Amino acid sequence: MMQNSVAVVGAAETTKMGKIPDVSVIGLHADAALNAMADAGLKPSDIDGVATAGISPVELAHYLGIKPTYADGTSVGGCSFMLHVRHAAAAINAGLAKTILITHGESGRSRVGAGGFGRSPSSLMGQFEMPYGVTSPPTMFTIPVLRYMKTYGVTEADLANVAVVQREWAALNPRASFKDPITVDDVLNSPMIAWPFRMLMCCLVTDGGGALILTSADRAKDFPQKPVYILGTGESVETPLISQMYDFTSSTAFKISGKKAFDEAGITHADVDHLMIYDAFAHLPLYGLEDLGFCKPGEAKDFIRERNTAIGGKLPLNTNGGGLSYMHSGMYGMYALQESVRQMRGTAAAQVRDAKISIAHGVGGMFAASGTIIFTNEK
Amino acid sequence: MARILPEPTPETQHFWDGCRDGELRLQRCTECKNTYFPPRAFCPSCASRKVEVYAASGRGVLWSYVINHRPRPDMGTEPYAIAVVKLDEGPTLMTNIVGCPQTPEALVLDMPVKVRFEKQTDDISLPLFEPAQS
Repeated sequence: MMQNSVAVVGAAETTKMGKIPDVSVIGLHADAALNAMADAGLKPSDIDGVATAGISPVELAHYLGIKPTYADGTSVGGCSFMLHVRHAAAAINAGLAKTILITHGESGRSRVGAGGFGRSPSSLMGQFEMPYGVTSPPTMFTIPVLRYMKTYGVTEADLANVAVVQREWAALNPRASFKDPITVDDVLNSPMIAWPFRMLMCCLVTDGGGALILTSADRAKDFPQKPVYILGTGESVETPLISQMYDFTSSTAFKISGKKAFDEAGITHADVDHLMIYDAFAHLPLYGLEDLGFCKPGEAKDFIRERNTAIGGKLPLNTNGGGLSYMHSGMYGMYALQESVRQMRGTAAAQVRDAKISIAHGVGGMFAASGTIIFTNEK
Repeated sequence: MARILPEPTPETQHFWDGCRDGELRLQRCTECKNTYFPPRAFCPSCASRKVEVYAASGRGVLWSYVINHRPRPDMGTEPYAIAVVKLDEGPTLMTNIVGCPQTPEALVLDMPVKVRFEKQTDDISLPLFEPAQS
């Protein structure tokens, strides 16, 4: 990836967020896409590249009346949109398309026009995990965590504290689903989901969507919004089975994706002003801070407890409230990207003053995949 | 409600046949000696196709788990542990821990466990694990 050669010129979420029983999945994609096109001053006929996950890029293109020269249907879970941004940047540099639309829409709560979550009994998951009682992500994504906790002396209160600090950020965000303050005791007394995970350590289940429009940095200056440049990118994939993670205390995919993005960007950790780490569950920010290299292994719990990631801290983290408090439709990566773009434009609800570099780091599946995008507002 | 069961493929048939016959079968590479899981027709470490099936010890330690409180009708009504065992031969394997209470007090990481096959149908037995003497 060439640094700062491509920029985000359109970015928007769905008009409504949270509970949207009157819009289907593809309707949410379209609502977000139309909002992003309005943000960029574009029409569907101006778009020549499409990318999405959850639905096919064919469905998206035809629904919006786009006849593209580029389509990306990479679908590796909630970080697919980070991979779409990365691929779109490379595609624009290579001349495959000029203006690429990336969309997400999911009826996670209302399930309007949504598909199922079934796995074939002959798939690897069907043979080697489903028979033992795994159900939804709370019973899979959480399985490595006891090993992590034993290795580094992490407590249930440390996990709870991740949710507490993020709720403080959510309180500043009018669109956040949950804004009321919570304490560690509140989290530890919330209903048991899958020990050691309590309800308030798990993400929301909501409806919503988001869309991004990318073009070359040369063209970006002619658009109405302040361009947000792509400084570095990374991606990786690891395993379709949580039981086969290479290391239960660390995500190999996070490490590979993060290192690639930092190398491309040519920055150090001290240069980062704002960070988003996809938090489907409370342990994700801990793994993310360590695997991206912001903390040594086992030290993320202390880093958060010492309020480095909180309001006023040196590394504001998940400033929209995150998947734990803002929203989580199922594939949350798009919302992490949206918050990074808002922070770089200077329009976030909880704006980090003078922020110049923001990272959006995503996970896909249950530690199955990863994508990292480093943005900047300076060229 | 009948338990959700695996459907073997040609690459995994030996594993499920082994479970049916009371033997935990793993594969290892005859070139680099790596033991691996889940089954496949080549070594994921060195890509050699020269691999063999062998009977593993059926012993390991409790590596990590959750105690699920979410409904899954075929697993009954009480919370149950979804566990990963680290086998003495190296690989990790998802399973359930049987023969002990499904509580954090009874399920201690690194405790030794041994395999116990539980018959589900004439073709399928599941490799579950129970506490063992070290």
